Parts: sequence; C-alpha cells; structure tokens
Amino acid sequence: MNDVAPLGFDEALEKYEPVLGFEVHVELNTKSKMFSSAPNAFGDEANTNVNEVDLGLPGTLPVVNGKAVESAIRLGLALNCSIAEYCRFARKQYFYPDLPKNWQTSQYDEPIAFDGWLDVELDDGEIFRVEIERAHMEEDAGKLTHAGASGRIQGADYSLVDYNRTGVPLIEIVTKPITGAAGRAPEIARAYVAAVRDLVKALDISDAKMEHGNVRCDANVSLMPRGAETFGTRSETKNVNSMRAVEHAVNYEIRRHAAVLEAGGSIVQETRHWQETSRTTSSGRPKSDADDYRYFPEPDLVPMVTTPEWIDQLKGTLPEPPAERRRRLRTAWDYADKEFRDVVAADLLDEIEETVAQGASPAVARKWWMGEISRLANARGAEPVELGVQPATIVELNQLIEDGRINDKIARQVLEHHLDGQGSPAEIVSDRGLEVVSDDGALTAAVEKAMEENPDVVEKVQGGKLKAIGALIGPVMKETKGQADAGRVREIVLEKLGIED
Amino acid sequence: MTVDSNPIIRLTAAEMASKLQSGEITSVELTRAHLDRIAEVEPTLHAFLHVNADEALEVAAEVDRARAAGGQEAEKLHLLAGVPIAVKDLIVTKGQPTTAASKMLEGWMSPYDATVIEKIREAKLPILGKTNLDEFAMGSSTEHSAYGITRNPWDTSRIPGGSGGGSAAAVAAFEAPLALGTDTGGSIREPAAFTGTVGTKPTYGGVSRYGAIAMASSLDQIGPCARTVQDAALLHELIGGHDPKDSTSLPDEVGEFAKAASTHDVAGKRIGVIRQLSHGEGYEQGVLDAFSSSLGSLREAGAEIVEVDCPSFDYALGAYYLIMPSEASSNLARYDGVRYGTRVLPEEGPLTIERVMAATRAAGFGEEVKRRIVLGTYALSAGYYDAYYGSAQKIRTLIQRDFDRAFEQADVLICPTAPTVPFKLGEKMDDPLSMYLNDIATIPANLAGIPGISVPAGLSGGLPVGIQFLAPAREDIRAYHAAGALEHLLGEKGEAIWQQIPELEEVK
Repeated sequence: MNDVAPLGFDEALEKYEPVLGFEVHVELNTKSKMFSSAPNAFGDEANTNVNEVDLGLPGTLPVVNGKAVESAIRLGLALNCSIAEYCRFARKQYFYPDLPKNWQTSQYDEPIAFDGWLDVELDDGEIFRVEIERAHMEEDAGKLTHAGASGRIQGADYSLVDYNRTGVPLIEIVTKPITGAAGRAPEIARAYVAAVRDLVKALDISDAKMEHGNVRCDANVSLMPRGAETFGTRSETKNVNSMRAVEHAVNYEIRRHAAVLEAGGSIVQETRHWQETSRTTSSGRPKSDADDYRYFPEPDLVPMVTTPEWIDQLKGTLPEPPAERRRRLRTAWDYADKEFRDVVAADLLDEIEETVAQGASPAVARKWWMGEISRLANARGAEPVELGVQPATIVELNQLIEDGRINDKIARQVLEHHLDGQGSPAEIVSDRGLEVVSDDGALTAAVEKAMEENPDVVEKVQGGKLKAIGALIGPVMKETKGQADAGRVREIVLEKLGIED
Repeated sequence: MTVDSNPIIRLTAAEMASKLQSGEITSVELTRAHLDRIAEVEPTLHAFLHVNADEALEVAAEVDRARAAGGQEAEKLHLLAGVPIAVKDLIVTKGQPTTAASKMLEGWMSPYDATVIEKIREAKLPILGKTNLDEFAMGSSTEHSAYGITRNPWDTSRIPGGSGGGSAAAVAAFEAPLALGTDTGGSIREPAAFTGTVGTKPTYGGVSRYGAIAMASSLDQIGPCARTVQDAALLHELIGGHDPKDSTSLPDEVGEFAKAASTHDVAGKRIGVIRQLSHGEGYEQGVLDAFSSSLGSLREAGAEIVEVDCPSFDYALGAYYLIMPSEASSNLARYDGVRYGTRVLPEEGPLTIERVMAATRAAGFGEEVKRRIVLGTYALSAGYYDAYYGSAQKIRTLIQRDFDRAFEQADVLICPTAPTVPFKLGEKMDDPLSMYLNDIATIPANLAGIPGISVPAGLSGGLPVGIQFLAPAREDIRAYHAAGALEHLLGEKGEAIWQQIPELEEVK
C-alpha cells in the first residue's frame, strides 16, 4: 500500500490540507565543544578533535560552554522567544555507536527558549509567519561511515566512527505545526530553512553551511482531508541538507501521502531518508510517540539561571533582522531584482555592503564580487569569501582604474597577483610597471607602427568604417604589453587621419 | 604472620610525615615497608587489584632526593610528600589499570588522571596500587568484585564492608596509611566502620568527582580513608577544592580540617542523636552499647546530647534504591564493547552492533550490576518515571528538610555508621535486600549532600563498631571537630581501635 506512485501535486492539494513541522539543527561555531574544551572544527583528520570527555571515557564529566549558552539565548531572542529563567540539561538515552556515552545530553522539558515566531518572506514578497515551539541546546553525535555495498548501516561489513563532531554544540529549533500553507507548503519549507540559515549567519553563531551539515533540517509532513481538524499521521524526513532539497522533500511527501491515502492506505509514522538523485524519500525506522528515551535531569550539570540583566545585554547584541536588512539594501543599491537575488544566492551581501561602505559604488562593488572574484573563487574551488579579498582592496583597485592608471584588464591581473600574495594593488602596479602608457610619444610611435603594418585597416577607417579602429588597437596593445589606454589610442588614430569623431 | 614486620607501618600518616621531614626515615624505606607488608598479607586479604611497586618507589626516591637537596626544593614539598597511598580502583589513573572491579574494564588503562590523582601526584605521595571494590561500587561487602573477594583483617571469615572494602582493609591491615575511596551510599563510611578505620564522605562537591567512574552522579563522592581523624583530615585537605572540570564542584576554599580534628573540645557543643538511626530492628546490641558508651564519653566531656527527629528517613532507603540505580543504568550505558574494555562476540548468529553489545554486557557485567541496571531502566521508563524516580526525588527533598530542621537543634548529628558489625562472607549474597539494609544510616547523607565521618568507637564481640558524625553541607569542619574529639576521648581511655588489630590468620 505504501508503494503506490505519488499523486500529482495539484491533485493532492485539491483533496488534502498539508500540515508541516520542522526541526532545524544548527551547529554553533564556538571555538570549543558543548561540554568539553576540545576544538570545534570541521574537516580535520578523523578523531583528532576529541578528548576524554568527547569520547565519554569512564570518569569524565561535562562542563557547559558559556559561549554556546549565549548563542542559544541570542538565537532565542531573534526568534522572538521567551527565555527560560531557569533550565536544565537532560539525558536522552539511546544506543548508537556514534554516541559515546550512549546518551545525548540535551534539553527536554526545560528548553532555554520557547514560544516564538519567525516571519518568512516568500518569493512574491508575501510574509508567512512560522510559530516556534522551542529552541533547545544539545550536543552533536559523531559521524559513521558504513563500509559495504549500500553505504547504509544495514548490511554494512563494518562501520568507521569519527568522533570529531561528537559534542559539537547544537541548537535545535522546533516549530509548532504549520497549517494554512496549502499549495505553498514546499516554498514555505524552503523559505523557512533559508530564513533560519540567514538568521544564524547574521547572528554569527554558526558557519551556516548546509553542505557541511552546519544547518540540517528534519521535515515533518502530514495530510488531513480538506475541512478536517485532526492532523494526519506524520512522516519525518531526516537531515535534509539543502534548501532546494527541503522544498522537493516536502513536495514529494505531500504527493506520496496523498497517493497512499487515496489508495485507502494509512501513513506509517516513521523517519524517512531523502534521496537526492531520485528526489524521493525512502523508509527509515518506525518512530512512535512512545519512543522511550528515559529522559532524566543530567545530574553532572547544575541548572542554568539566566538573569534579566544578562538577557538585556544580549538583546543589545542582536543584528538587524536579515529580511529587513535585505529590503534596506535592495532599495539602497538599486539593483535589478535578478541581480539582487544572485547576490543573496552567492552569499555576498556582507562583502558588497562593506565595499560600498568603504567608498565603491554599489554597481562597482557588485561587478567585482559577482564577476572576477566569483570567477577566481570558482577556478580555485572555493567560496568567494574564502579567497580573503578585503573590501578595501576592491576600493583601491577601482580607484586605480578611475584615476586612469590601469585599465580593466590590467586590474583583473592585479587582483590575481594580489591573491597570490604579491602586495596591495598599488604596490603590484608600481612593482610590475603595469601603469597605462599615457606618454603620447610612445603611444604615437606604436600607433604609427600599427598603421604602417595594416594599410588595409587604415583604408577602411578612412572610408568611414570607424569600428575598424579596433583592429589597430590590438597591435598597439601588443606593442605596449597591454598597458595602453584604448580610448587614447583611438583618439590618436583619428587625429592622425584627421577624422572628426 | 606478624604485623610488626617493620614497625614504621604502624605509625599514623601524620607521624610518618613528621619522621620524613625530620629525616628519621626515608620515603623509599617507608614505601618499601608497605610493599613488604602488602606482599606478606595480600595472599590472605586481597585488598589490592594491582600493585605498582616500581612507580611507588620511583616517586618515593624523588621525594627523598628533593628532601636531601634541601633548600627551596625541600621546602616546596607537600606535608604528606613521601607518605604512600592506595587508591580505590574506581578512580582513574594513568599508568596503572583501572577496572572498577569489573570484567567490563579488564585491561583498560585510562589515558587521563582523575583530578584527585593529579593532586596526589603533584604532592608526591607514592601510589602503591589500586584497591578492590564491589563491581562498579555496587555492594556493601566487596564480594561483588569480578576479581575475587577482600577479607576483613579483624576476622578473615568476614567481609570488610563495601564497596570500598579494599581501601578500608588495606588501611586497617597497615598495607597503606592512607587510601582514597568513593561514597555513594556509604561506601567509604561503612567499610571504615567494619575495619576500625576512619572514613569521610565530604560535602557533595567538596572534592572533584572528575575521574571517579560514575555509579550515581548525584550521590557519588570521593573521600579519604585513614586510621585517624587527623590523617583523614590531612588527606581531605589535599584532595579537596574547586575543580573547573566538575560542574558540581563547589567554589569554596578547602577548610582547615586537620586543625579542627586536633581541637578535641566538645564542651557546650550540641550533638543530635537521630531517633530513627539509633535503635530498632536490625541494630545489634553490641553496636548500640558502643554507641551509648560513646555518647557517655561525649557527655562527660561537656557536650549536650539532644535527640532529633528525622521522620522522612524511613523512606530514605527506598528513595536511594530508585535514584541510585536510575543514574547507574544511565552511567553504565557506555560499556558496550564498542570503544574500549571487553568486547564479547555472540557465539552464533549474525554479528550486529546490538548483538555484540548484548553479548558483551551479558558476559562483562556481574549479577548485582545487572540487577541495578534493570531496576534503574525500569524506574526511568516512560509511564513509571513519576511513580518511581519522581517520587524518590521528592523524598530526597524531604530528607534534606529533615536535616535542615535537625541542624537547627544540633551542631552535628550522631548515629552508628552501620546497624551491625561485619557479617560473614557469603552470608547475605543471596539476599540483596538485607544487604541494602546495611546502608540505612549512611544513605541519608548522600541524598542530602552533607558530609559524614565514621570513627571507630569500640568493639562488639571483638569486631569494630563505627560511629558516624554528620554535619550540614559545607560544614565538614564540624564533623572533623566532633570526630576528632570522640577519637581523642576514646584514646585517653585506651580504646583507640585501629591499634588493636589482631594477627591475620592464614586462610586456605
């Protein structure tokens, strides 16, 4: 019954009302782990960023990372939540080889933040409010690599465990059931995850890279017949790690649920895995509300108490809400809608804003970041921000162009030399003698030589085909090693031939 | 067998320290004397699971060198430098195995030192070895060790108490002047009572738990074992203090326990006899006689004896035997054969993680440990949590209130440490409930987090009786003061117990 082909999306929506729910895990970018002093870093050699606490060795005890608590409170405030005056950690007990103590230290009935909301902006500018149930702190588990044909734990020959991620601080944001999404459910899903990601990035509490698993989403979907009031049985698609995938997963689950229900079947409450290649979900383990984690308050940690003064002080550190900031920048920079969307998608708002703040025009800032820097980053297999280009460098480079000391083409070379560590743009220009040749004598000689060697071109220009001048500029550029000012070359040619432009 | 193989082992730790400082003896000599004693009596007692003579002698030699060098290096030495110590094998040590007396950790070497061990190493006390205990500290007799029982030096047909029977027996039998124990429901105090030694359970949070293999986190406490109150106080001062690695560690400065222990003045002090723990079913007459004679001595010395009522104590045992196994079931979940210690493969069938875990636990855990894991898992499970764990926590609060009220009427409280003298080996092995009853007087202090000291106070049928002093949380100093006073009063009457240890008989 559960194997029926999914229904069409519109058909599903005609009959059923989707109810969504999201659990988003955010990995914090603290220096050390949630309960130990081991480094919190991504991508290092397996099992190097661990100490005895992370490994859950006998006798070890946790100590709460104060910075992580601060991040949780700031996120809670940004999600318009109430902050608990008093809260505790609890042990959530289950057996899994990547969980060294065989319990996860988490928050259960006493989350640090609860009852909030987040406004999510959809593609057409409409605002959809998502109610937040809670945001609580917990620790991440390690990472398993299953050796065997399927790459899944079932049927694996053996599994390798990397505990580097063990104990990385997490905040889990849980929404209340989201109703009224109707046909926009997949779009809301994507926009919600994007909004959370933007928020944690703006708060600077997470690297927020979905591809690194810094932000992971479990998407709950259930359907109820139109007009019904009781929620249907839900499925939980685990660890969806891109915004696009969240949108697709919700779309697929709505269609799958509808098909099962239409065929007279019933939905099994279970976890599901997202399959990126086929854009489908597959069955995971059954999950009931009665899963018994035997929670009890973590006796190795004392309760946390938050004071109003502390919360007020943290409130003062909240950034401008990302949606508001985008609206403000879009207006200020006057980009076309597509241009702005591309900048957002490329994650370059911060860099462009800073470049503009340092004196470049929005158009120039966008041109450099979205153009040459993105191209170089792409060539080097990195994100644009990872190249380490400073906004001030772009401003300096642009000033050299505006002063007529270099042209665009040279500027691109200068940037590349700069990335290779050869100094500031001005230093590179002067060290390498890259200044535009503005000495008319040298230019005139080069132009005369070009004209002599290309009589046919000269003839064309004289005949009124001014565009043909380009064929003379090329050899001049070659002669001057690219340092000629193309505009001035053109002027000299016209002067020589006595043609008025 | 003779106890006087070398008389220096019969000194108190404080006396040893003073002779080391004056140069009358060397640490190597002292350490070797203890190692000789260990070699002599271990075949009978089995107090140690591991002896590390080389390491102990090396540290001893280091102390002797520093002392011989004189000047700053000698001055920097800790008061107890060079005095050997034994460590309960529940406390992790680098370079010496830590097994918790369980098959589960057979051969496991901790890559890190417990905080108390760091302090011991820093102070240069030669660590003689690791002492026996009930597996994962679960038991009151040291019969639940996976590596064999420990015998009581007073009567080798009897248990030395538990779970820290190894540490207590080692100290009582002059194998070590000092030892470390852990006390979750009485595991330092009850064996102290049964072996005629002194054992302290400090205020919860007064000594770092970092590196003590957890049984029940909210109850566990590391503490000193010694032959005199003064010695226990000196060791307590060394291991106490705040530890940033233990979130439940108190920020307090370490008190002047040794000074309090040597004051001996109880005139005008109010000593509260806990009505619920001073008579009744299960209390042996010999124990009660020793108790009333102690009260008499204290009264004679000018103390005011008052009776206090702690009605919730009737439920303490029940609450303890829900909270302790609940936390233990969680703390022991890590022993699954995945990362360290024993791994047992299922004898037949597929090799899955669940089946390896199950086979490992079936083979690695002893009966008492399994009993408590099952009990705790049940008590925490959904639907039973409120009825069991939740109710037990409420009782815990009531017990704390009983203590609060009692301490309004008395400076310290007093009761026998255990209702009986040590029982025969094997006597209660098939009756866990009657074994649990043995902890009735020690458990309330763990539930309330307050300090308790057991001092030897007379004999009953030739076996030692322990008297327990309890003080309010963070007032360990009061317990040392009262315990020191009683010890002094009994000593004046020639009743200092630990010096009366009989010869050990051969055991077949």
